[in-house]
Amino acid sequence: MTVLATQQEAADLGATGAARSGSIGRYVAGRCLGALGSLAFMLVVSFFLFRVLPGDPARTLGRGRFSTPEQLEEFNRTYGLDQALPQQFVTFLKNTLTGDFGISLRYRVPVSDLLLDRMWPTLLLVGSSTVFAILIGVWLGIRGAWKRGGAFDNISTGTSLTLYAMPEWWLGLLLIAVFAVGLGPIPGWFPTGGLHSVDVDPSSVAGVFDTIRHLTLPVVTLTLAYLADYSLIMRSSLLDEIGEDYLTTARAKGLRDSQVRDRHAVRNALLPTTTLVALNIGFVVSGAITVETVFSIPGLGLLATEALSVPDYWVLQGTFLVASAGVIIANLVANLLYGLLDPRVRT
Amino acid sequence: MSGLLEFEDVSVTYRTSGGDVPAVRGVSLSVAAGEVVGIAGESGCGKSTLAATILRLQPPSAKVTGRVLFEGEDVQTMRWGDLRALRWAGASMVFQGALHSLNPVQRVGAQIAEPIRLHEESLSDSAVARRVGELLEQVGLPAARARAYPHQLSGGQRQRVMIAMALACGPRLIVADEPTTALDVMVQAQVLGVLRDLVREFDVGLVMISHDLSVLADLCDRIAVMYAGRVVEQGPAGKVFTDPLHPYAAALAASFPHIGDMAARYAPSGLPGDPPDPADLPTGCSFHPRCPKRFGACETTDPQLRSDSAGRAAACLLVEGR
Ligand SMILES: Nc1ncnc2c1ncn2[C@@H]1O[C@H](COP(=O)(O)OP(=O)(O)OP(=O)(O)O)[C@@H](O)[C@H]1O
Ligand code: SF4
Ligand SMILES: [Mg+2]
Repeated sequence: MTVLATQQEAADLGATGAARSGSIGRYVAGRCLGALGSLAFMLVVSFFLFRVLPGDPARTLGRGRFSTPEQLEEFNRTYGLDQALPQQFVTFLKNTLTGDFGISLRYRVPVSDLLLDRMWPTLLLVGSSTVFAILIGVWLGIRGAWKRGGAFDNISTGTSLTLYAMPEWWLGLLLIAVFAVGLGPIPGWFPTGGLHSVDVDPSSVAGVFDTIRHLTLPVVTLTLAYLADYSLIMRSSLLDEIGEDYLTTARAKGLRDSQVRDRHAVRNALLPTTTLVALNIGFVVSGAITVETVFSIPGLGLLATEALSVPDYWVLQGTFLVASAGVIIANLVANLLYGLLDPRVRT
Repeated sequence: MSGLLEFEDVSVTYRTSGGDVPAVRGVSLSVAAGEVVGIAGESGCGKSTLAATILRLQPPSAKVTGRVLFEGEDVQTMRWGDLRALRWAGASMVFQGALHSLNPVQRVGAQIAEPIRLHEESLSDSAVARRVGELLEQVGLPAARARAYPHQLSGGQRQRVMIAMALACGPRLIVADEPTTALDVMVQAQVLGVLRDLVREFDVGLVMISHDLSVLADLCDRIAVMYAGRVVEQGPAGKVFTDPLHPYAAALAASFPHIGDMAARYAPSGLPGDPPDPADLPTGCSFHPRCPKRFGACETTDPQLRSDSAGRAAACLLVEGR
């Protein structure tokens, strides 16, 4: 038998074997460092955003609340606003990194307690909506693209585009009008807002179902709002793969059409989808704020909206920090997932 | 005649928005078991289009007429289940351009193993892995290369992976579509050597496609020369190369393109002009605008492929009148 393997090839072999684990490590480390950089940048931005830009925070915040200069001074001292800017920054960093986000002007409790309290409804709402939207959207995108131009594709693309254009608050109000208030023969079975009924203990089994009932309409609203992103991205990614030669190879091997699609085409189309999803994650925040407000879900979004009208300075800053950190972390996860899916980015 | 593969008056027309493109026009050609048949011709003459019909891999926009018989059965009309069973286990392909023909995110070992698992379900995982290792060694790659991704291999290595993959299910026919075109001279010679030895050793039929007549003359039993979707000459490899009957075959043979010379692919030296656009073919003999030997009748009369007693055939008015 011909053995043409050269020494060069043997050397290549050893080299890639050893280099691979190292390069995965390097990829992960690089991404994590990038995320840390973004977090640091975000800290700086939020410091200046909430301290420097609005001019004198005490005046903005304490609009009409301080009748004497003593009160103003007192306020400045409590919040460290009488210090020099660099000194303020150090204090801000130290406090933020130890989880001290200040005291809410409105509720008179630590902002960190408020944030922790309000985080769970938001995570539940945004998390389940995102999961549903990804599952349904990716499925729609795959089915549409694989039979491009078919009835299914036309209907699902049309629906996606309509949902894409529809504002979340409008969709939410529509669902409330139909399924919470009731319309014609449709009973208004779902609550119009809130997270729990007053008469049900949230920690009981009945309470869990009660919470699910309360979350149904908001989750449906957000799922529909996010859906189009995923279905349209998946569809176009898969369309890009359909003409590729490696699919002809897969067909030539004798695979069924569905195997060619699932094992080869979809697997490759998921790569650009993950990237675009990572870029899109920021929009999750605005959706959550709107939907929480429409459905009065006591989450971070509603907290931020309420804080805006006071304005509850430190609460705003806290929600800003948490939301940005959430986006950065979600982005990091998507990037790491991409590295896991695509061997080419690791080497 | 019971060949391994028979094209009977096969035509392939692509339907495009700009009109029909007759890429293959009435090709008849047969390959016996264990035989090595070369198909030569310039870029765009329909070689890959013809090859795709062997496993019914042409795109849906292509309309195929005539019959493509593999072991006596018409591939173009057989049931899907039979076709899937035939694909790779009966006939396999080494595709033009290995970089794009391999899945970029799968290890090459998994890609070689895929048809084995598909066609021999009873084989255990370890037996499949062993088989993949053996196949890689047969094409001169270390078995451990199975863990590499396509982008980690050189062009020559990828082409060998494609050959290993084509051998995976022990097919009776391998179709190799320009397996060496993108490679440099040394590597091209090595890959051709691997292919030749394997074909001899396992006694499989081989359809070898190339624009390079000298490569084919070296490797094949018989050669068919295509021009504008038709076979214009066929016969024993040595004869077609050293003593071509058709003026186009003569021009190809005379050009002696150096291996790996990309320019030669598009313009055989000594031949003026470009290959014709299949959507807008010249009248009469489609080669006449470029033919050094054309005469009056060539512009109006379309020559048919005629066989002579020595098993050679050519489609040229000069040969007909001989
Ligand atoms: N999917 C398609 N749709 C329309 N026309 C096509 C399609 N594929 C190929 N053609 C046309 O058919 C003709 C033959 O193409 P084919 O790929 O078979 O040529 P080839 O001989 O393999 O050339 P090459 O040496 O470049 O590989 C060309 O004119 C090409 O433009
Ligand atoms: S038929 Fe005429 S134009 Fe055609 S190859 Fe023969 S001599 Fe040339
Ligand atoms: Mg080709």
